[in-house]
Amino acid sequence: MTTKVSLVHQITDFTNRADPYPVYAELRKTPVLHEQDGGPYVISSYWDIESLLHDPRISSDASNLAAAGYDPLGEAEQTGLPPSFLRLDPPEHDRLRRIANSAFGPPQCPHRVEDMRDGMAAIVSELIDGFGDAREIDLVDQFAYPFPVTVICRLLGVPREDEPRFRAWVDPLVASLDPDTRQGSDPEFQKAAQEARMQLGMFLAELVEQRSKEPRDDLLSDLVNSHGPDGAMTMMEVLSTSVLLLIAGHETTVNLITNGMLTLLRHPDVLERLRQEPELSVRIVEELLRYEPPVQMVPQRTCIADIEVRGVTIPKGSRIWLVLAAGNRDPERFENPDTFDPDRQDIEHLGFGSGIHSCFGAPLARLEAQIALSELARRMDNPRLVQDPPPYRQNAVLRGPRHLDIAFDGLR
Amino acid sequence: MADDRMERLRREGRIAIVGASLAGLRAAETLRAEGFTGELTLIGDEPYEPYDRPPLSKGVLMGLASPEHTDLPQRWEIDAKWRLGVAATGLDLPGRRVLLADGDDVEYDRLLIATGTRARPWPNEAEAALDGVLVLRTRDDAVRLQQRLKAGPRRVFVIGAGFAGCEIASACREKGIAVTVAERAGAPLVGALGGVIGAVSADLMTENGVDLRTHVTVTALEGDSVGRVRAVHLSDESVVEADVVVVSLGSLRNTEWLTGSGLGAGPRGIACDAGCRAFDFRGIVTDDVFVAGDVARSPHALFGYQFLSLEHWGNAVAQAETAAHNMICLPADRRPHLWMPAFWSSQFGVNIKSVGVPPMGDDLMIVQGSLAERRFVGVYGHQGRMVAAVSFDNTRWLEFYQRQIERGAPFPVEFPTVDRRPEGRQPVAADFPDPSLPTHAPGVTLSGYSPADQQLVFTPARH
Repeated sequence: MTTKVSLVHQITDFTNRADPYPVYAELRKTPVLHEQDGGPYVISSYWDIESLLHDPRISSDASNLAAAGYDPLGEAEQTGLPPSFLRLDPPEHDRLRRIANSAFGPPQCPHRVEDMRDGMAAIVSELIDGFGDAREIDLVDQFAYPFPVTVICRLLGVPREDEPRFRAWVDPLVASLDPDTRQGSDPEFQKAAQEARMQLGMFLAELVEQRSKEPRDDLLSDLVNSHGPDGAMTMMEVLSTSVLLLIAGHETTVNLITNGMLTLLRHPDVLERLRQEPELSVRIVEELLRYEPPVQMVPQRTCIADIEVRGVTIPKGSRIWLVLAAGNRDPERFENPDTFDPDRQDIEHLGFGSGIHSCFGAPLARLEAQIALSELARRMDNPRLVQDPPPYRQNAVLRGPRHLDIAFDGLR
Repeated sequence: MADDRMERLRREGRIAIVGASLAGLRAAETLRAEGFTGELTLIGDEPYEPYDRPPLSKGVLMGLASPEHTDLPQRWEIDAKWRLGVAATGLDLPGRRVLLADGDDVEYDRLLIATGTRARPWPNEAEAALDGVLVLRTRDDAVRLQQRLKAGPRRVFVIGAGFAGCEIASACREKGIAVTVAERAGAPLVGALGGVIGAVSADLMTENGVDLRTHVTVTALEGDSVGRVRAVHLSDESVVEADVVVVSLGSLRNTEWLTGSGLGAGPRGIACDAGCRAFDFRGIVTDDVFVAGDVARSPHALFGYQFLSLEHWGNAVAQAETAAHNMICLPADRRPHLWMPAFWSSQFGVNIKSVGVPPMGDDLMIVQGSLAERRFVGVYGHQGRMVAAVSFDNTRWLEFYQRQIERGAPFPVEFPTVDRRPEGRQPVAADFPDPSLPTHAPGVTLSGYSPADQQLVFTPARH
């Protein structure tokens, strides 16, 4: 090769979206990659990522990242809403996450997710019934998007019919999570993201206001009325937490389900096994989180001290990208990493991250994907891909197909 | 030659495991998983198949789990002869036989000793025999204590504020039962974590309604006319009425059955090399007797090659796996047991976890969070090195500190961390009690360099 092609650029380059894994393999050859001054340190090996996710010298605080010189979302968050716990360090992170968790998971709320199982199954049945007599569908628009959105709306207590309103705000916000430098430096793009976050916050503010007066059995009510040992969230904290949960609560799951169906259609033997034994969905979803994780990387961390990784000193103040999807295919960690194998026993993937910021909604996402995939497998007769690879979304971080056309012979 | 002998051992040899709890079971599974097809015998003095002990002082006491449902999952078909409910009473080293309480014996080509520990009983036998005086170590102990707690006692008295004692007190408070805890030291957990962390634990207990008495010892247990315990007399001359007394003074290593066998076994455990091979009393390592779990003391490279005794769940598993591997492989394939000490406890709603050897530490630095909030990570230092870390409700960071300890990272901790508070900028004395004083259940004990140490004898203080 005569000219050195920027690997960092190749990660975000749209032409690699359908199959970024060769780029990741290239990346792992330089496990701590730093191409230019001021650019990120890109970490791509499993053990390095895993250890940095537990390293207290790594900050998720938006203000540290802004000081490091580049942060699309950080600016988007300077819109009046305080940063969500995703973009905070302890102790603020811990406090907000504990309060949010007290309305969502064990020990205070151990049944919240499990209690949604029947409701989820009903939504899935309804959506599949909705395919009607069609012999070809777009899985994204007809299933993988509406399902998790309906679930997260129900969980939070956001009226489902408002979806078209907030979708217009969610899209630019999600796009702003893309570390593509071209977009990040585009002021128009930034402004749109800021505007969207504010609009979404205002939309939720109305609902939160309402729930503080008349609480219902939903997360918004619990968030605004929480008075546990950590005290209450301020109104602004409730809003930024709700915005976070609303966005994170569906965008990633859409991709998990779509990537999942795409992978199954590429592995018809596994799809057939799933049809016969729905409980295999548990293993399939775990392997999917390794093989095609919906969050490909964590591009929003900075180090607050000099840190040595594999003999390379990453100076204090540097930005770090943790490429989870590359770590998930690291041959130092997983045997035959490029094989999709739901029978894999050793499956401690990085799909949900690790450490204090590990995915808050993981139990919900797992259940949604398990129900979705097992039902699609059970009900669609002879499903096959119309186009492989399918068209992808722009986003390199939250990676997934924009459409997934599937042909089939009917419903069972 | 050697290869042939090993092949024959793996194919048709006889392996005996004394101790049918966590370490014994995991060793048996590993032997089978690594291809041992010979005869395997598991000997255990309790009548039960291997069960898990950590839940006994937690979920079981709180009534969340049944003591009968703590069986350890068996991950591998082990196809063993079980000799349960019969204790090993002796070892004939030259004859390669384990002698059993029922007069039988079991011959072996390789022996694994995993006899663990038992609860240290109350030293006054007459008082210990009073109705309502209990210990907690086995499943049967847990059933007895659970029944007492269910019956709604007026007050439970716990002697000793080590981890087990604290967990029992926590379970009592959870159930709304009045509880007094007496501790010889100035705070709970001082033997394991030192006085600074002990003070946090003391606050936690007091705030949760425990009547905590420190710097006191129990001088007598008083019974009523029908032999039920009714009161506890303390060294400060106070008397506390209680109808249940739990003696939680740590544990004794089950090595008496080896007396006179010629093995390097004593009150501190059985000395073995890093490959889990037992030493005889002369300091010569044996080739066919292996040790694992709570009863073992083995040298640890990270801690100056001192012999370490670890009463830790994770250690039992890791050491059993290493011992089993080494029992049936050629010398060149042996692995050292280099487990990083780690334990956890949950009490009063707080998750406590530690890595390394805290009692080795002289100084302590709160590197994340704050003692006052009872959410923190503390790091222990010894001679300029990080040797241990402890977390209260901050478990997810500990892995990082474990790696730092493994690398011999410097102490004091110079680098910044997220959530560093002003209190965490300087080290303070960790405040461990004088090591020559007996403490109960520190969990990790540095037990010197001699493989045949038999000097330490515990004597509860009398005032």
